[in-house]
Amino acid sequence: MCMWFPRLACDRVLKARPVEAPFALTLTDKNAERIYCLNAQAETLGLHRGMSFADARAFCPNLLSQPARPDLDARFLGALRRWATRYCPWVGREGEDGLVLDVTGSTHLWGGEAAMLDDMRARAERSGLTLRLGLGDTRGAAWALAHYGQTTGVLDALPVAALRLEAEVVTGLQRLGLRSIGDLKATARAPLARRFGPGVLLRLDQALGDVPEAISPGAEPPHYGVRLSFPDPIGLLPDVMSATERLLAPLCDKLKAQGAGARTLVLTLRRVDQGSQQVELRLASAMRDAGRILPLFERGLGDIDAGYGIDVMRLEATVVEALPVQQIGLSAQVQPDQLNDLITRIGTRIGLENVQRFLPADSHIPERSFIVAPAAFSAAESGWHSHRPRPLRLFPPEAISAEGARPPERFRWRRMSLTTGRATGPERIAPEWWLEDDSWRSGLRDYWKVETREGRRLWLFYTPQNPGWFVQGEFI
Amino acid sequence: MIRAMLPDFATIFPLRPGRVHEACGPGAAAFAVMAAGQGRALWIRPAWQKEGLYPVGILSVCEPAQMLIARTQQEVDSLAVAEEALRDGALSCVLIEITRPLDLREGRRLQLAAKAGGTTGLCLIPEGMGSNAAETRWRVRPEFDDEREDSTLMRWEIIKNKSGTIGAWNVRWSQEARRVHVVSPVGLRPGSEGAPG
Repeated sequence: MCMWFPRLACDRVLKARPVEAPFALTLTDKNAERIYCLNAQAETLGLHRGMSFADARAFCPNLLSQPARPDLDARFLGALRRWATRYCPWVGREGEDGLVLDVTGSTHLWGGEAAMLDDMRARAERSGLTLRLGLGDTRGAAWALAHYGQTTGVLDALPVAALRLEAEVVTGLQRLGLRSIGDLKATARAPLARRFGPGVLLRLDQALGDVPEAISPGAEPPHYGVRLSFPDPIGLLPDVMSATERLLAPLCDKLKAQGAGARTLVLTLRRVDQGSQQVELRLASAMRDAGRILPLFERGLGDIDAGYGIDVMRLEATVVEALPVQQIGLSAQVQPDQLNDLITRIGTRIGLENVQRFLPADSHIPERSFIVAPAAFSAAESGWHSHRPRPLRLFPPEAISAEGARPPERFRWRRMSLTTGRATGPERIAPEWWLEDDSWRSGLRDYWKVETREGRRLWLFYTPQNPGWFVQGEFI
Repeated sequence: MIRAMLPDFATIFPLRPGRVHEACGPGAAAFAVMAAGQGRALWIRPAWQKEGLYPVGILSVCEPAQMLIARTQQEVDSLAVAEEALRDGALSCVLIEITRPLDLREGRRLQLAAKAGGTTGLCLIPEGMGSNAAETRWRVRPEFDDEREDSTLMRWEIIKNKSGTIGAWNVRWSQEARRVHVVSPVGLRPGSEGAPG
């Protein structure tokens, strides 16, 4: 049995915001805006899928439109798939806008096939979905009847396109005069296979039931949540910790079975007076080791006000990442775990994004030759290199009063008067014109390393296009 | 006579692990990266501080990939993070930028945490704001070198030492050997800046 939603995308949008006018969804494809889906009213005006949106507007000036969201459509179809399991347990997706159901043995629960089809139609109509049904002996037959036929019937009279063939093959068959499935059945098989390959005959056999075709039902995504309710409310920290330990064990087993690790855990504590509190634990790396996660909860649970007691606890892994099983054995493997635990503990206090590390970046502009990234979401990278001496510290340029293209003999910086002992340079760095950067508006920079008699070794630059001297860094 | 009083530099400079030390003066940051060396280090600094480390510049002294940065909103957070990191033992060195003098309790807590984790701690303090709990305190100042271009000549004075005497050296970073190279000990004349009182 096949369910086809010919206007799935449109129906989804119009369900939320109905309009009484021609309506189309557009999708940008190869630099052209094309129509992705239409409502019935727009179709009667002669518009069709795949035509360019500009043409459609010319045909029909009062056409309403909206950009298409194929990702949301796919999610909507997933919801429909779950809904369809009310008819039978074996439901799979058929392309982007259809479902395929194996209703063998479950029709009698609805009072026969006809009653089930009526129920489906009634429910689809009530929720504003255009639905076409096909009920056949095989998956291929059901598809053909849904797309080209009248729900039930025989296949012979249907066009060859109903066999799920590619457009060129269909055209080729029509040129040979094979217009319907009946024609195709009556033709000799060997020349067909030679001319069009095995695909045509496979589809024909699948539709007629000579070759089996399975329906694979979509798997439910695993749900990482466990709960625990108590006969009597609890309130002491050790009790709450041991309850958390009990919740963690099954959750970690489930994560392990799925080869996943939790990145964010949320522990919800419901109090007797119906109030609830949450403890969120963000981990520096994906983890599924209950013994290591438990101590990390200590800090968060310490701040919880238990009130008259807690009677329900719920632990959920809200962000989950793949964590394949790894070979252990080298002692070096243990070290990153310890560091990640430390980052998590520090992160619970100051925020995980405030623990950072340096990553190299490919730029000759000093400020852009490195990136500061949160350590929990990046891996350490080597590949640092410097061709010329660079300062130890870098700060936003601080202007000093000096003139000329050579470094000044004397200058004042941060209320210190300094005397130049030796100046090395210049090293010219040009701004990256392809990126907007306000601090580089002054144009080229000539960098000098200035060793002062007072000891400080500074990194000065001169901007020849916009004369001025600045201090930007300090060397070792 | 004076030379004999100087402690042997090799016994104090790779800073004693499991202790918290202090550094002040204009060259304190350079001293910190040299103390961190090749090991894994965490640099704790207030978030409002604009003046940051330049990872390409520290390449000659330590490995930027091994350096973690923690930005904190308050001084209390800095100390809490430092205590946590010192006690953990996963890092070899923890560097803390501090803007106010630590009281004895805070200094002692850091010291105990460092001892528990076997980690070296180094507080970068403003001049004259040391804590009594620190193991050693250094004043670091870059010096002008008449002879060599691209010199890294510095004057390191140890102005507090719990387990020895104080002293001063002229040192230079040797990039080939990746270690601190003592140029010459500085004589301590009475009345000179680093002289014991």
